[in-house]
Amino acid sequence: MPVTHTIKNFETFEYGGEVLTIKDLHFSYPDGRVALDGISLKLCSGDKVALVGPNGAGKSTLMLHLNGILGGRGDPSTTLRVNGMELTRDNLPIIRAMVGLVFQNPDDQLFSPTVFEDVAFGPLHMGLPEDEVRACVDVALEAVRMSSYKDRLSHHLSVGEKKRIAIATVLSMNPSILILDEPSAGLDPRARRTLINLLRELPNTMLVSTHDMALVKELFPRTIVMDEGRVVADGLTMEILDNEKLLTAHGLEKP
Amino acid sequence: MHFDAFDRYHEKSSFLHGLDPRVKVLVTVIYIVSNALLPDAAWFSFVSAWIFLIAANLLSQLGIEYTFKRSIIALPFALVAITVLFSIPGKPISTFQFLMWDLTITDAGLLRFVSILIRSWLSVQMAILLVAVTRFPELIHALEHLRVPAILTTIIAFLYRYLFVLTDEVLRLIRARESRSAAVAGQRSGGGVAWRAKIAGNIAGQLFLRSYERSERIYNAMLSRGYSGHLYTLNPHEMKQRDYFVTAFAIAAIFIVQLVGRL
Repeated sequence: MPVTHTIKNFETFEYGGEVLTIKDLHFSYPDGRVALDGISLKLCSGDKVALVGPNGAGKSTLMLHLNGILGGRGDPSTTLRVNGMELTRDNLPIIRAMVGLVFQNPDDQLFSPTVFEDVAFGPLHMGLPEDEVRACVDVALEAVRMSSYKDRLSHHLSVGEKKRIAIATVLSMNPSILILDEPSAGLDPRARRTLINLLRELPNTMLVSTHDMALVKELFPRTIVMDEGRVVADGLTMEILDNEKLLTAHGLEKP
Repeated sequence: MHFDAFDRYHEKSSFLHGLDPRVKVLVTVIYIVSNALLPDAAWFSFVSAWIFLIAANLLSQLGIEYTFKRSIIALPFALVAITVLFSIPGKPISTFQFLMWDLTITDAGLLRFVSILIRSWLSVQMAILLVAVTRFPELIHALEHLRVPAILTTIIAFLYRYLFVLTDEVLRLIRARESRSAAVAGQRSGGGVAWRAKIAGNIAGQLFLRSYERSERIYNAMLSRGYSGHLYTLNPHEMKQRDYFVTAFAIAAIFIVQLVGRL
């Protein structure tokens, strides 16, 4: 079920239709550690992009910026736009509906007693009427092949099932872009395979952080390599995976 | 790894399972309050309250003795009332010495003690039955419908969701300690009491830190899906005619129990 966002005072600017535009994003943690050191990237509609890099490269920090949980103020030279919309305090609720962020640990993502309530959480907060909320939940659970799990209790699910429900909890908001943090971490081969097939089927624009290079090779035509808070490479996955010097320099391995 | 020891719900399709959760919560609360209000030594009332409980047990298809078996673990808490045996003035029944005190059991004290025991025992059983026939999320919905403040129902919902996660966390920590609690053959192992206490303290501290960080991550996950300080839920419950009828009948029965006790 499509959700329409009515935007008031929509500021026009040079906008080429990108889903996500980041220009010169900086961020330091309160203890002074620099986490992001001038990130710039663009994602177009339909892009499926892998985000790789060693632990501590700033991948998760970047992801938390994309829906305004971290940062969001300061530098006037920084641009962070979702669907052409500036990330400001007023736009925040709309941007959070457009950016579906799935956390690494599904136990953090699933905080309601039942699966249904968790998947309905986003749509309910968007203020959709009840029948539309139900429709959104049905569509989202169908998309991850978990329709029969509606009334199950979250703590009775396996990790693989929890992961898929976690994806459904953001799909129900019908986001323009899906952001997944290490979706295949901690899954057994079968659950991992189910997840890969699911990610391949989903039509959404995707930015997926992962250490699973085989997954990158299989699913994502484009790869972004991050290290020490910077984008060190951004291009075709095939070319990046062939560049062994680049991979070794940033602690990555060819699958 | 799952830890489901707290899940007391029993899947059945009995009359009680099918009732609206609001009815069950309301009747249980009224029943417990009524028990607390019964005068001491109102034996007929106690018996009729017990019959009410047995009837509820039968309607739940869990078997007459189901709540009785479960209630035994809660019984020691009633022993808190043991002091009334000695503290209420009345005719002495028996005197004995305990450490440096001379204790006298009085007849009034004994009556009150037995009454408290029966009252709490009946109430505990009803509460046990409530959670056995109602799924926990539905209990929370019922509380929401009954106008319990949202902040309380939210806390209960989160408690229920993360109790299991926390228990798993504790089990993992303890397992990690166990697997390194090694010994050298022929030597006493385990270290001193103070050292062991320190390790236990570290585990508790770890648990707190992990929970604290987890709460941060959960809050972020909520923000990501539009949370702005107010929880919305869809509660698909609707009172049917049967539910109203059962509520009226139960309240009338409890009222009669009260009347019997006061005549």
